[in-house]
Amino acid sequence: MNQITPIFKREFLGYFRTPVAYVFLVAFLTLSVSLAFSRYGGFFKAGSAEMDSYFTFFPWLFLFIVPAVGMRLWSEEKRSGTAELLFTLPITILDAVLGKFLAGWAFLALAVLLSFPMALTVAYLGKPDWGVIATNYVGAILMAGGYLGVCALTSALTKNQVVSFVLSLVACAALLFLGYSSFTEVLEGVLPIAVADALANFSFITHFEPFTQGIIDPKDVVFFLSLIGFTLFLNVVALER
Amino acid sequence: MIEVNGLVKNYGAKCAVAGVSFRVNRGDILGFLGPNGAGKSTTMKMIAGYLRPDEGTASVGGIDVTADPVAVKRQLGYLPENAPAYPEMTVEEFLGFIAEVRGYRSTAAKRSQVDFALARTQLDAVRKQTIETLSKGYKQRVGFAQALLHDPVALVLDEPTDGLDPNQKNEVRALIKSMAVEKAVILSTHILEEVDAICTRVIIIAQGRLIVDETPAQLRARAPGMRLDEIFRDLTRSKV
Ligand SMILES: Nc1ncnc2c1ncn2[C@@H]1O[C@H](COP(=O)(O)OP(=O)(O)OP(=O)(O)O)[C@@H](O)[C@H]1O
Ligand SMILES: [Mg+2]
Repeated sequence: MNQITPIFKREFLGYFRTPVAYVFLVAFLTLSVSLAFSRYGGFFKAGSAEMDSYFTFFPWLFLFIVPAVGMRLWSEEKRSGTAELLFTLPITILDAVLGKFLAGWAFLALAVLLSFPMALTVAYLGKPDWGVIATNYVGAILMAGGYLGVCALTSALTKNQVVSFVLSLVACAALLFLGYSSFTEVLEGVLPIAVADALANFSFITHFEPFTQGIIDPKDVVFFLSLIGFTLFLNVVALER
Repeated sequence: MIEVNGLVKNYGAKCAVAGVSFRVNRGDILGFLGPNGAGKSTTMKMIAGYLRPDEGTASVGGIDVTADPVAVKRQLGYLPENAPAYPEMTVEEFLGFIAEVRGYRSTAAKRSQVDFALARTQLDAVRKQTIETLSKGYKQRVGFAQALLHDPVALVLDEPTDGLDPNQKNEVRALIKSMAVEKAVILSTHILEEVDAICTRVIIIAQGRLIVDETPAQLRARAPGMRLDEIFRDLTRSKV
C-alpha cells in the first residue's frame, strides 16, 4: 500500500512538468468565472452574497474538463510503452490505479480550490453563508472524483487519447443527463417507470444539487464514493492481463 | 536463478511462444537469439511479469511469477525493448522515481542509489536533462540504469546494446560481464559477436520454439570454419 506514494507523487508533479497543468488551470478558472458572471450565471443579479451561480455550472464544466485530465491517465502510458515499465516494478495494479487516480483527483481539487478568491470577493461584498460555500466545495470535489473515476476507466480501455476523450465524454454525459426530467421522461417511455427512476438515481446532478443548497446528505456522499470505488475496481480489472 | 518451463503465449490465433524451457544460473550470461518476431520479447515480458503466460511457468529465485509477481519484480531488473521512460522527467527525476518505488525512500538512500546507477552507465553529464531531449543511445542507457539501480540478483535485458555507439557497446558489455559474477543475466540481441564476446550460453528460438541451447563454443563447433551468422542463418532457415 505504501507503494502508492511514489506513483502519486510522480503523477501529480507530472502535470506541472508539462504546460498541461497551467493551460488547464487557467482555462478552468476563466471558464468557470466567466460562466458565473454571464447572463446565465447572474452572479451580480442575484443580489445576494452567495456562490450558487458559480457552482451551478460545475456539472457541465466537468463534463469537458475532467475527460481532458483523465484521458492521458492510462492511454499515454500504454502508447509510450511506460506501462510495461510501470507494471514490471514491484507494485500491484491496485497501487498504480489508486496512485494515479488520487493524483488526478488532487489536481482537480486544486483547480476547484483555486477559485477561493471568488469566495473572498463574495465575503467582501456581503455576508455569505460560509457553511453553504463549504458544502459547495465538498460537493464539487466529490463530483470531480466521480467524473475522474469514469474517465480513468475509459482511459484504461484504449491507447489512443482521442478515443479515450470521446469515450469519457459520452460516459460522463450519460451520467449527467440521467438527472434531467425531459431525459428521464423519454426513458420512462421505453423502460418500466421503476427502472427509469432507478436510473435517474445515478445522475451527477441529482446528487450534486443538495450540496449547492448547503446540505451534505450521506446518501449523496455514498453515491460519489461508491461510483469512485466501482470505477476503480473496473479499472483494475481492465488493466489485468 | 531464472527458470522457465514450457512457456506458451498466444496473441489471438497467433502463437508467439510455443513451449520454451530453459534455466539460467548465477554467473551465467544467457544470449537470447532469434530472427525478428521469434518471440524473444514476449518470453522476456512473461519472465518480468508483464504478460501472463497461457501455459507454463517462469520463476526467479524460486518464486513463481504468476503466484507472487511483486516478489519477483523486487528481485529482477528488467529493461524493456526500446527502453521506455517518462519523457518529461529529467534523468535524475526518473531514476529517483524508480528508486522510491524500489523502496529507497530516504533522501540519502535514494541519492546513493541514483548516483550508483548514473555512474555505472556514465550518465552523470546528462542527469539534469529531460529524457525526451536525449539521443537514442542515451535513452537506452537510462533504461539500463533503471534496470540495475537496485543491484538486482537477476537481470532481463531486451536488446540492451541497441542504438549504442561501438564504444558504448563495449562499455555496456564489460559492465554486464563484471556484474554477472553474482547475477543471472538474460540478454536478447541481434549481434552475434556480442554472444561470442560475453555470453556463457546461447539460446536460439524461431517461431516460438527453442532450437538451440548450448555454449558459444558448441555453437561454433556445429560448423567449424563458418561464421556465426552463417550458422545462425542455417539453423533458423531450416526451421522456417
Ligand atoms: N501485442 C501483440 N499483439 C499481437 N501480436 C503480437 C503482439 N506482440 C507481439 N506479437 C507477435 O508475436 C510474435 C513475437 O513477437 P516478439 O516481439 O516476441 O518478437 P521478438 O523475437 O522480440 O522480435 P524482434 O527481434 O523483432 O524484437 C510476433 O509475430 C509478433 O508479431
Ligand atoms: Mg523483441
